[in-house]
Amino acid sequence: MAKTKVLERKPLSLAERTYLPQIASGLKTTLGNMLKPNVTLQYPEERPVIPENYRGVPTLVRDPEGREKCVSCQLCEFVCPPKAIRITPGEISEGSDTEHVEKAPEEFEINMLRCIYCGLCQEVCPEEAIFLQDIFSVSGYSREEMINKKDKLYELGGTLPDRHRKWDKKKAAEINGPAHH
Amino acid sequence: MDWIPNFLLPFFYAVTMIVAVMTIAGYSVLAERKVSGWIQHRVGPNRTALPIVGSIPIIGPFLTKLGIFQPLADGLKFLFKEDIMPGHVRKGYYFAAPIIALVPALTTMVVLPFGQYVDADGVTQPLVLANVDIGILFILAVSSLGVYGIVLAGWSANSKYPFLGGIRSSAQMVSYELAMGLSILPVFMWAAAPGADYGLSLYGVVRSQDGLWLGIWQPISAMIFLIAVFAESNRLPFDMAESETDLVGGFHTEYGSFKFGLFFVAEYAHIVIGSAVFVLLFMGGWNFLPFVASPWPDGVIGAVLSVLWFLFKIFAMIFFFIWVRWTLPRFRYDQVMRLGWNILLPLAVGNLIFNALLIAIHDRL
Amino acid sequence: MSADAKAETITINVDGVDREVPKGANLIDAIEQLGEEIPHYCYHPKLSVVGNCRMCLVELGMPMRDRATGEPVLDDDGVQKIGWMPKPGIACSTTVAPGMHIKTKSQVVKDCRNGVMEFLLLNHPLDCPICDQAGECRLQEFATDYGRGYSRYTEAKNVKPKRTRIGPRIMLDDERCILCSRCIRFSKEIANDDVLGFIDRGSYSTLTTYPGKQLENNYSLNTVDICPVGALTSTDFRFKMRVWFLKAVPSICTESSVGANTEVWSREGKIYRITPRRNDAVNDTWMTDSGRALYKQVEADNRLRAYQVDGKASSFDAAIAAAIAQMKQGKTAVVASARASLEEQFLLSQMVEATAAVRVDMVSHYGDGDHLLLSEDRTPNLRGALLTGLINDLPDARLDGLGKAIDAGEVDTLFVVHEDLAAAGLTDAQIAKVKVIYAGIEENSSSANAKVSFPLLTVFEKEGSFVNQNFRVQKFHNAIPAPRGVVYDLHLLETLRAHMVGESPTRPTVPAVWELMAQKITCLHGLDFRGLGDLGVGVDAGRFASLPFVESKNLKHDPEKRSKLGVEAGATA
Ligand code: SF4
Ligand code: SF4
Ligand code: SF4
Ligand code: SF4
Ligand code: FES
Repeated sequence: MAKTKVLERKPLSLAERTYLPQIASGLKTTLGNMLKPNVTLQYPEERPVIPENYRGVPTLVRDPEGREKCVSCQLCEFVCPPKAIRITPGEISEGSDTEHVEKAPEEFEINMLRCIYCGLCQEVCPEEAIFLQDIFSVSGYSREEMINKKDKLYELGGTLPDRHRKWDKKKAAEINGPAHH
Repeated sequence: MDWIPNFLLPFFYAVTMIVAVMTIAGYSVLAERKVSGWIQHRVGPNRTALPIVGSIPIIGPFLTKLGIFQPLADGLKFLFKEDIMPGHVRKGYYFAAPIIALVPALTTMVVLPFGQYVDADGVTQPLVLANVDIGILFILAVSSLGVYGIVLAGWSANSKYPFLGGIRSSAQMVSYELAMGLSILPVFMWAAAPGADYGLSLYGVVRSQDGLWLGIWQPISAMIFLIAVFAESNRLPFDMAESETDLVGGFHTEYGSFKFGLFFVAEYAHIVIGSAVFVLLFMGGWNFLPFVASPWPDGVIGAVLSVLWFLFKIFAMIFFFIWVRWTLPRFRYDQVMRLGWNILLPLAVGNLIFNALLIAIHDRL
Repeated sequence: MSADAKAETITINVDGVDREVPKGANLIDAIEQLGEEIPHYCYHPKLSVVGNCRMCLVELGMPMRDRATGEPVLDDDGVQKIGWMPKPGIACSTTVAPGMHIKTKSQVVKDCRNGVMEFLLLNHPLDCPICDQAGECRLQEFATDYGRGYSRYTEAKNVKPKRTRIGPRIMLDDERCILCSRCIRFSKEIANDDVLGFIDRGSYSTLTTYPGKQLENNYSLNTVDICPVGALTSTDFRFKMRVWFLKAVPSICTESSVGANTEVWSREGKIYRITPRRNDAVNDTWMTDSGRALYKQVEADNRLRAYQVDGKASSFDAAIAAAIAQMKQGKTAVVASARASLEEQFLLSQMVEATAAVRVDMVSHYGDGDHLLLSEDRTPNLRGALLTGLINDLPDARLDGLGKAIDAGEVDTLFVVHEDLAAAGLTDAQIAKVKVIYAGIEENSSSANAKVSFPLLTVFEKEGSFVNQNFRVQKFHNAIPAPRGVVYDLHLLETLRAHMVGESPTRPTVPAVWELMAQKITCLHGLDFRGLGDLGVGVDAGRFASLPFVESKNLKHDPEKRSKLGVEAGATA
């Protein structure tokens, strides 16, 4: 148990009890503040500087080759606390350039009316395919508009650099790797 | 054709006066928003633009930035908002309340002098709608009727928060009315010696402050009166009636659109009138500066200058009101009551007795 | 049987604590019954032991005895010394023995597991995000427990084929295979279709099918279930949904009278797959591929979805009113179904009483059995119909008797449950002669000619019980909601019955119907719905045991034994 120390409250002096000096000094403070420059940002014309790692609207990104990185593992759908994400997994058809990835989302929806910008989807994504980027203002005239579909998500997300190139390596290994009959 | 000067002219004056006060009230709202903004390092309203005026090169954007057109937009918004009528209110009283709140505020200005006019004969005339002898009594009597608006609003809304707001407001009004009345008695005791003209007339009080302002040599009266004006006009730190943290919105919780707008204007009209009265009683009215003779020339120009000077003082007071609002936090209700009954009232009584004795001694000498 | 097992236990010492385990049990099974687990890949309780994955290594020891004298060797405290084996041994090929000591948590054991995991993961692809097994993958699970978290392997990983179709329903990803050989053993030992095998050696080892053959037997999907990793995936379920979103509800397969125990996996009212549920008395851990596809009837095109009167959609109440009016007009005959649940058959028999039906017929659905888990009787609940007294003898494949009765004008109204009248041998003329009231899941010739049609629910949309080939009552649960606006079958039958006798209908629940059944049906005395448990309860076949049921010998059914037993039971009853 922490020790409690009772502090005596100092009795107020007469001047303090009239409150008048205090009020005067308060008035001085507010007046002083009034004369300081203001900090308002004229929003639509002036834009705030978005710091790195800002958690804005979640978006899907492509790798530098333009391949969609999401493989619809649905971990983000699982982890999303308000269940804002909804994925219909799909298969990449054989013969396509990225057939070795096998899986990609057929549909990917993020309901921005539900999203709480927690960033867990970005955290959990094993493919680094979903990022909360710098978009902080979303609006729409209907509920449907507020549900970001796959196309929109890729449009918002754009392309981000990829340090791992996991699937490129995989493909290279398939072509040059240890021979298998 | 007597009726033109007897009837039409006063009517015209009255309308002008109302327009002026309402405009000042409207712009004090703007001032409130602007000054609040500045004090909080913000800019306040700076976007509302009038279609044509706003696009005049330099001036338009400047006025827009100042927010000059904002009160217009606010007023229009209040006018055109959907007038929602809650199902559970007592209808008649519910409608009457905002009007009752506003009417006394506007009525009091009948007796407010706002300048002087020295005519060709060198006779000094007050500029006032009705230069009645009992000006201050009239003001005290009528302005405190305003509380009925609040009480009625609180009661007729038929829900608990407005009701509490109404009760608080009536109790507060009673407590401070007393101190207020007592605080200005010494003023008049000094200003109007027995047998003097204009016994309780405000014009007389202003005249008597030609050299020395009453606020300077009756500081206690001035202070009590000022505090009481704050309390009467329900301004922070005394806005117990609507304290939004514990009463949602207080007496006007159930009001919206134009009816709310009326309450809003009434509050600011109260501030304007309160400031005006304070200026008249303690800050020398339209007199230039203490101990300095008013430099107003005779004739119309002098009259206009005196009015402008008076207005300037009122604006200073309004600014003070706003300034205090952002400095002092709201009192607790028991503190409000204690301040009223335990401190201001005894102080006012003591001040009265002290001044009475002083006058008695003064008269003996 | 379980009582016997309980009687015969032995004591072994697990991590220093003496525990009772069944005599003769496999060590992995024994430990599992104690509520703990020895990690393993290649061992499967229903397959032979090969011991090739080495994941199940534990330290083993026996109390020491002097070789010469056979006397116990005691240590200084007078306690018998334990002779620990110098190296860990695999639990899966160990049978428990009295006094046996094992250590499952020692450092050595942990090191073994860490080592095995590291080797297993050496060439394993980083596929979890696109691997259907993720979430129920033993490799994932044990990697979190015993994996090192990073790889020390800097060389290039093995590359193997990733999309090999080894059967019409199965896709093989060789990179993920850990070469446990469960699938091979299953095909050989259970499915008797020895088409799988490994070729090549070392890290080139690959699972493959015998040249020119495919893994296409009707049990092939069981290999997907038992594959501990995502090497074998079902083409039907592949990439459809992550398993962690799926809700598994215990159910019963309706494909045949075997009544395989299943789990129905659904998300938000949509079924994604059906897997077998272990029941050693019914299906062990297997089921047929064809049974797994039955969920498709939920969204089949020919599903009857709305109440209909004279071919037009109507409300439930209107349909009931029309049916009642029709049945009250003349003589009603009932065509019951062995596809309905026990409870429905019971309520139908009550309705038969209430309508004073002139006759009750039933249609048999027989096919070829595979002597494993697909029996000759392709209905799940023929024995239920017998128990509830709906019918007294085995049904025929055709409704000839009913046809004659219609010709003779003895029947005005036919109340048909599930069956297709034309397919069951009634001629168009005969069908035209009567008014048909049809209740069923699908649209068929009966519904096409019906005056009133009632949609019924699939086994996934309701709960109830079936009586299987061995007179085992097994219950199934509600996995997904019924189609909008369709009432429970029990409610429909009860409403019809009540209206026929002028009562006001209740909404019967399955447990409530069971209370009634337990009173009225002798062999269900003392049973209730909850008491059936997940594994079901065998009931006395009574006088029906001697009927010439069509089922031949299969995995858990032996007609010889059953009829003998039944005759005996019937004789004593
Ligand atoms: S976690 Fe990443 S890869 Fe997985 S579904 Fe979400 S965005 Fe796609
Ligand atoms: S940011 Fe959070 S709430 Fe929004 S989609 Fe991602 S996980 Fe869901
Ligand atoms: S088999 Fe298991 S560990 Fe391997 S990729 Fe699939 S889920 Fe991951
Ligand atoms: S495919 Fe699966 S079951 Fe077959 S050997 Fe490989 S890991 Fe084992
Ligand atoms: S389970 Fe024992 S060696 Fe594989």
